[in-house]
Amino acid sequence: MWRVGLVFGAVAWFVSLVGLVEALHGRWVVDGVLSAGQVLLLAVLLASGWTAARRFSASLVGRLWAGLLAGATVGFCVGLLVWLRSLVDLRTMFVNASPALFQLLSGGQPARVAWAAAVAVGAGVGLVGGAGACTPARVVRPILVGAAAALSLALFQELVLLVLQPEPLAPVRDWLFVAGGGPTAQGIAATFAFSAALAALRQASWGRAGRVALPPKAQRVLWSFVGVLLLAALPIAGGPFVAQVLVIVGLYTLMGLGLNLEVGLAGLLDLGFVAFFAIGAYTVGLLTSVGDHGIAHWSFWAAVPVAVLVSLIAGVILGIPVLGIRGDYLAIATLGFGEIVRLLVLSDALRPWFGGSQGVLAIPKPVLAGFEFSGPQHLYYLTVVASAVVAYVAWRLQDSRLGRAWMAIREDEDVAEALGINLVSVKLLAYGLGAAFAGVGGAIFAVMVGSVFPHSFQLLISIQVLALIIVGGMGSIPGVIVGSAVLIGLPELLREFGEFRFLVYGAVLVAMMLLRPEGLLPAAAQRRELHAAEEEPAGLARTPVGAATEGGA
Amino acid sequence: MALLELEDLHVYYGNIHALKGVSLQVEAGEIVALLGANGAGKSTTLNTVSGLLRPRSGAVRLEGEDLTRIPPHRIVERGVVQVPEGRRVFGQLTVLENLEMGAFTRTDSQGVREDLERVFALFPRLKERAAQVAGTLSGGEQQMLAIGRALMARPRVLLMDEPSMGLAPLLVEQIFDAIQEINRQGTTILLVEQNAYMALQVAHRGYVLQTGQVVLSGSAEELRENPEVKRAYLGG
Ligand SMILES: Nc1ncnc2c1ncn2[C@@H]1O[C@H](COP(=O)(O)OP(=O)(O)OP(=O)(O)O)[C@@H](O)[C@H]1O
Ligand SMILES: [Mg+2]
Repeated sequence: MWRVGLVFGAVAWFVSLVGLVEALHGRWVVDGVLSAGQVLLLAVLLASGWTAARRFSASLVGRLWAGLLAGATVGFCVGLLVWLRSLVDLRTMFVNASPALFQLLSGGQPARVAWAAAVAVGAGVGLVGGAGACTPARVVRPILVGAAAALSLALFQELVLLVLQPEPLAPVRDWLFVAGGGPTAQGIAATFAFSAALAALRQASWGRAGRVALPPKAQRVLWSFVGVLLLAALPIAGGPFVAQVLVIVGLYTLMGLGLNLEVGLAGLLDLGFVAFFAIGAYTVGLLTSVGDHGIAHWSFWAAVPVAVLVSLIAGVILGIPVLGIRGDYLAIATLGFGEIVRLLVLSDALRPWFGGSQGVLAIPKPVLAGFEFSGPQHLYYLTVVASAVVAYVAWRLQDSRLGRAWMAIREDEDVAEALGINLVSVKLLAYGLGAAFAGVGGAIFAVMVGSVFPHSFQLLISIQVLALIIVGGMGSIPGVIVGSAVLIGLPELLREFGEFRFLVYGAVLVAMMLLRPEGLLPAAAQRRELHAAEEEPAGLARTPVGAATEGGA
Repeated sequence: MALLELEDLHVYYGNIHALKGVSLQVEAGEIVALLGANGAGKSTTLNTVSGLLRPRSGAVRLEGEDLTRIPPHRIVERGVVQVPEGRRVFGQLTVLENLEMGAFTRTDSQGVREDLERVFALFPRLKERAAQVAGTLSGGEQQMLAIGRALMARPRVLLMDEPSMGLAPLLVEQIFDAIQEINRQGTTILLVEQNAYMALQVAHRGYVLQTGQVVLSGSAEELRENPEVKRAYLGG
């Protein structure tokens, strides 16, 4: 138990010393009472209690005791840090070990008192965590949902305030937020209660109706109508900043849908995917630019099909040399391709054509029937339409003959070949179509920024696209959208914590792989693979259903 | 003219000379057994027929047409289909999806439905488990699925690589019954086996392969009685 405590104690040290706690401390969860930094520390304590209780005991008392002990150990670690600081100046090694941080950790008390207090608070919170582990999930889940909602209110308060800007909404605003400060206690409490109640209700209705029951057609139409309205209203309600974030999410969705064909469906790992995004962007840039490097002064609409075609061809060209390569080697080869494209457009030798590190400038905004897509709020609609079209194409591909061939080569290339699947054409189509999708994204990116630079096409983008597919759920189209919203959208919205972005990224990825390796919204096959043992009874239960559909097909 | 004819095949893995001039014929409607010890070149022979390997010299002819220049997927379209060694089913897909994958090259959905029924009639166990994930099937069921999947391509010549490998005796019987039934329904079979006893029970003729060369051939009966075969493959 104390070992779990030590692990979480290390986590507490870590988040403190990298400066995450202090950064979050600048954000009120309840104005003047509780900061997000404190919430983070509390969450660490709760998690330690919960984990220890889960791991070490089955009995109620045992679990409470385990939670208490683990929490106390974490508290001890935090106290130790405070005490250490009173002896030596930690700042020579940890730049983030600032006075403000220790003011927060020690509560302004002298080190010894603070140490004792930390152990006591830790034990108390750990006990609560342990109690949580003894409570049935049906109770815990709504509480977690409520807490998440309340926390979101605090973290995204600018956004909420933005939406509540109009004067008629002022009373709501003033009730939820302290003027010029964080959420009020009543606001947080109400958000928590409301969301928790909603989650509890939903859970109860699930229990009755059964989770698998599909909504009738009318209901589905209604929902998609609501969804479209919501999508259309988002940038208007949220303003240019939100629209900008959504455009970026859309661009990553486009890339994600493309890479999903390669990695998710066909099982061909590609770490150089950003190359196709770059090629799409440069093609549009060169064809439409009114600056030095413009070659055609075409309109955006004429340039997009060309960009898609050029990306597609580039995908096939990448595909040809790597046809016979599998697995890890494929990852390295494609990695090289991504870098080659970036270095080519960066190179001095090709500067007369691509502008070197200066890039291609003066790319005009698209104009449609006299209407100029100037700001992010306009480009948002362009992105949404493009994503919808591409998602539709991806969805049709998935269920097509080609989609099945991709699935077969993902599962077993040799057998697929023996069953009559033409590996060459099927693989090249995966690379080509995936690249074409990314090319659409690149085209919009070019007009969004108004210029394209080699610097915009770093390896990191390829990695992010891959990560969002994994988090969303390999091979799943809704998963791509969710993945890019979570991995790209959230960090963009939380810009002020930007420096911790990749720290959180890494943590989220590790946690995902441990807790939910199939992704947030997995495709059926992945779920089966990773939960084969648990699913087996379900598989058997489904047999008559499967037989029935097969008879009807 | 034989339906399938292998003539003087030489196949290399790099420098390893795996097949050193293999010739054999399979007549329409036959079951032909290809016997041999581990590493004799049996799988190599089948993979060369299905186009997964290319011979350095020699020919594989289907009704006189040379297959050695034709890509594997076209060979499947011509009706030569392999059941790979070691029952490699698509583990994450369901039984039904696996079977549908077998019909990949076909466009006649009516015929595919008929063949699905035919496979289910042959292996009722697969019908019961149509919605089950193939990776969770037992070894014997996976072998049935691998055979069924190949049948979905409606082969004229079925190439089977050690269908009895690692199966319990009772299941081996079942699989060999199915092989005979498939043959009765009109499919020609080239059967690679280590279980020479069972193979020579169902086969009409057989060849014995040793380090990449055919060392013996004859009717199943002759081979069963052959003292060398008895000693080396039949345990007595
Ligand atoms: N991919 C390969 N690379 C190099 N050598 C190979 C390869 N595959 C097979 N061989 C060699 O070719 C020879 C024939 O192998 P093959 O797989 O055809 O034997 P087999 O008769 O099918 O044996 P088994 O009964 O064990 O399956 C062996 O000596 C083997 O080591
Ligand atoms: Mg073999």
